[in-house]
Amino acid sequence: MLLIECPWCGERAETEFSYGGEAGIARPADPDALGDAEWADYLFNRSNPRGAHRELWNHAQGCRRWFGVERDTVTYRISGSFRLSGGVGKRED
Amino acid sequence: MQPQRLPAGGRIDRSKPISFRFDGRKLEGYAGDTLASALLANGVSIVGRSFKLRRPRGIVGSGAEEPNAIMQIGKGAHAQPNLRATQVELYNGLVARTTKGWPGARFDIGAINDLFGKVFSAGFYYKTFMRPKSWWRLYERIIRASAGFGRAPTEKDPDRYEHRNAHCDVLVAGGGPAGLAAALVAGQAGARVILADAQNEFGGSLLGTKHSIGDARADEWIARTVEQLAALDNVTLLPRSTVFGYYDHNFLAIAERCTDHLPEEERTGVRQRLWRVRAKQVVLAQGAFERPLAFCNNDRPGVMLASAVSRYIRRYAVRPGKRAVVFTNNDSAYETAIDLAEAGAAVVIVDSRMGGAGSVAERAANAGISMLTGHIVTDVVGRRRVRGVRVAGWSGNPSYLVESSIRIECDLLAMSGGWSPAVHLHSQAGGSNEWDTDRLCFVPGAATQANVSAGACNGMWSLRDCLREGMESGRAAASRCGFDAADVDLPTTRQGHDNPPQPLWRVPADAEPERCPKQFLDFQNDTSVADIRLAVREGYRNVEHVKRYTALGFGTDQGKLGNIIGMAVLAECLGKSIPEVGTTTFRPAFTPVSFGVGAGENVGDLYDPVRKTAIHEWHVAAGAPMENVGQWHRPWYFPRDGEDLHAAVARECLAARQSLGIMDASTLGKIDARGRDVVEFLERVYTHNVGKMKVGRCAYGIMLGEDGMVLDDGVMARLGEEHFYLTTTTGGAANVLAWLESWLQTEWPELEVFLTSLTDHFSTIAVVGPNSRKVLEKVGCSIDLGKDGFPFMTVKEAELGGYPVQLFRVSFSGELAFEINIDSGYALAMWETVMAAGEEYGITPYGTESMHVLRAEKGFVIVGQDTDGSVTPVDLGMNWLLSKDKDYLGKRSLARPDCVRSDRKQLVGLLSSDNSTVLPEGTQLVEVPDAPVPVPMCGHVTSSYMSACLGHPIALALVAGGRVRKGETVYAAMPGREPLPVTIAAPVFYDPKGERQHV
Ligand SMILES: [Zn+2]
Repeated sequence: MLLIECPWCGERAETEFSYGGEAGIARPADPDALGDAEWADYLFNRSNPRGAHRELWNHAQGCRRWFGVERDTVTYRISGSFRLSGGVGKRED
Repeated sequence: MQPQRLPAGGRIDRSKPISFRFDGRKLEGYAGDTLASALLANGVSIVGRSFKLRRPRGIVGSGAEEPNAIMQIGKGAHAQPNLRATQVELYNGLVARTTKGWPGARFDIGAINDLFGKVFSAGFYYKTFMRPKSWWRLYERIIRASAGFGRAPTEKDPDRYEHRNAHCDVLVAGGGPAGLAAALVAGQAGARVILADAQNEFGGSLLGTKHSIGDARADEWIARTVEQLAALDNVTLLPRSTVFGYYDHNFLAIAERCTDHLPEEERTGVRQRLWRVRAKQVVLAQGAFERPLAFCNNDRPGVMLASAVSRYIRRYAVRPGKRAVVFTNNDSAYETAIDLAEAGAAVVIVDSRMGGAGSVAERAANAGISMLTGHIVTDVVGRRRVRGVRVAGWSGNPSYLVESSIRIECDLLAMSGGWSPAVHLHSQAGGSNEWDTDRLCFVPGAATQANVSAGACNGMWSLRDCLREGMESGRAAASRCGFDAADVDLPTTRQGHDNPPQPLWRVPADAEPERCPKQFLDFQNDTSVADIRLAVREGYRNVEHVKRYTALGFGTDQGKLGNIIGMAVLAECLGKSIPEVGTTTFRPAFTPVSFGVGAGENVGDLYDPVRKTAIHEWHVAAGAPMENVGQWHRPWYFPRDGEDLHAAVARECLAARQSLGIMDASTLGKIDARGRDVVEFLERVYTHNVGKMKVGRCAYGIMLGEDGMVLDDGVMARLGEEHFYLTTTTGGAANVLAWLESWLQTEWPELEVFLTSLTDHFSTIAVVGPNSRKVLEKVGCSIDLGKDGFPFMTVKEAELGGYPVQLFRVSFSGELAFEINIDSGYALAMWETVMAAGEEYGITPYGTESMHVLRAEKGFVIVGQDTDGSVTPVDLGMNWLLSKDKDYLGKRSLARPDCVRSDRKQLVGLLSSDNSTVLPEGTQLVEVPDAPVPVPMCGHVTSSYMSACLGHPIALALVAGGRVRKGETVYAAMPGREPLPVTIAAPVFYDPKGERQHV
């Protein structure tokens, strides 16, 4: 069971969180301008890397905030959590 | 009378005799015994039958590695199957049954299998029972019945189990010399330490030994160390606790057996406890397992691991035999020979190594033990008990053949094929293992988590090295947690000189493995050297495939005994080295854990939280059966005078349509949405034009996933310019809130919107039917409830019967209806007020079933019942809800080629041709009733009820291209009867113009 750091609440057990998939999949500004393939790419395709993966988590059983986590998909090691601001997956500086 | 019990010694209490039953026989042991040691003391040699060949089997080991002595312990509902007798503490009244063999281990009807051993070779089950396929069920039943690995009790488990969360700096798994040393050093440094050990007392391999540590005997050192640990507030000692799982991020699971060692009548409180531990650092000190050797008939009762023989003698004062042969490829078994000699047994050592042992050989010689070096045991004489062994001279030649020239009479054979570190937890944590060619074992490689292995589980065999590694690892672990450990001097221990072990796995015999008696690798699954060779001949190369084909390591012991020698034999057959063949994956649990400890408190009422509305107790008092909707308990129907569901629902529906019904709709999801940008936000998530709604208006709204599929629906209302009230389905409440939040927080953080769940804060009472206005007027309402003053699809704050309420003129039934939203603290009072006022109209409470019928008559869908994740609003005929003037989530997907197909499944109504059959929900629809199988299906029934109001059954269905097929006939395929013709109709059966709700 992963130990995840909520940027607002600190380290908590995985059971308090829900997973939100890959981070950084920004919603297209004008969906109607996209062809079917481009829209499908946004909708369905994910990078699914072996190694570092930036992903969204929600502290569902806690503060209800969404935030980002960088996790290695092989070792499950988490290198850090980050707050979101100004869009999906943008690291707050 | 315990014939094998030694007159003195051991850690048993001879003043406390304990009686127990084994397969019905009444036997006696002592406090401090395990079931296994007590059985051996009583001279019981057969404790089970092997899985496949039904060979008689005896106790081999003394701990977690035991493959044969698998017992059913306890009576009735308290019984536990699948326990290893070597790990069961003896208590008064213990009842043990062998679980393999019928009618009992001593006389097993299946033993005839052994005569046909050649037939039962590797892959036998796969090969024999594959054809014909349809017979598999029969085969499976017979195989399972005759396999019999114990039986789960059929009664409800009356015992209590609990889960406990814990955090610590250093978790030490294993309380032998290394673990005790690690825990003490870390604990004295100030770290929070948990020390867990599977046995009833700490000390591990030291228990009962003659070692000295510094100026103390081993048992004195153990007692002193445990005393020091117990005195530290920052140390938690967990005896009888097995660390069985090592999961991600240093999360470990420990099963603690709290009362299993007590007589059943003395057990109180929690029986077993699951510790869920998050540790900063972990020291693994679980020791090592001794390996067997694969010679002919090495499974005969009386063939034991040498270390187990020593343990029974030293710790339990049981001498498992009077005339013993010790067969070894390494030095450690010489200590067993000395233990046997000191216990009065006649001993011969057969050492495969030409050079024999190191310094221990001299001590053995002094003890009068005769030694045959450069010799091997090739075969065992005796069937139900060892009577002797055949021995051959051997020079280390890797041939399969040798000529036995000596026969030694004996009643015990102690074998040692070397040692394998217990790398299980290290591997579970993700660490690799590396083959050590000197020590002939896998040792832990680099750890991937914050753990370190110390002592024998790191391949350290000497006591001095175990103590040293324990201290060093405890010190390092504490230091990584910020605690400085003081220097501790390593106590002096006897350090012998060892000769290296010899790589001997399968032992040459007088014939090839296929023609000689079986040389077992895995005792529990009857896997032999010949089976591995067969698998290789048949083309298997990968160790994982060979394991599955031969069942090597697939027993409840997970191959603790046989895996390594099995892999060594495989490597030899493949002409590879052992590390080239590779190690196998270790998975939790290290030893089996009970379902009870897995479930903990999460059983019965505590299995899942129950949500009740504020009016729940009234429903219960009214005799309403409950329906579970997610975690909610909702009244299903309100039977009167012995009515069944159908009669009650018919009455309730007619009351709502003709006069007055009332329903508790409190479980509806409710979200308060407000803020500067709330309109912009809701425009993006709802498909209709939110901005055009005037304050005080309600609208039916749907939300789509980005894939265009219907996600949720409900009435939403505009309470102010920047204030909305959203309702969701009962089941979707939490998900919708999380979904909305995800967009606000991750995609549109620039929008200022605040979402608050009001689901529990407010209760909702639906007052339904032609007389609903009259009853509210009678209760006394502060606003004009007339058609013009309070029109359909509006909301107003009001005082009703003296209570502040929010009143909605919405309808989920198609009738004139009002929904009273009221603070949950007042909900029951309001319900009772309306009930009293409605008496003159025959007010009728109704439950979820009537609600479903009423809405289905109107063609209102339930998201999740009439839809699944593949239904668009267009499929539901809701085009009128889809704004063309704006973008919203999912809109683009509705233009995907797949979403505009004309043959998509679309919502339609269905009428049974016989006017009486209520189609089962989920019924598949077909075009041609007598088409050859597989019959293509064109749709399915999603909702189906008997409509009392219409006098015939109605159904909603999703049918391919259904919207343009009204009046056509399709067929409902139902098991056990002829396909029924059904007519496609519009999905609105009642009041299609919607006039009744507008009055
Ligand atoms: Zn949080």
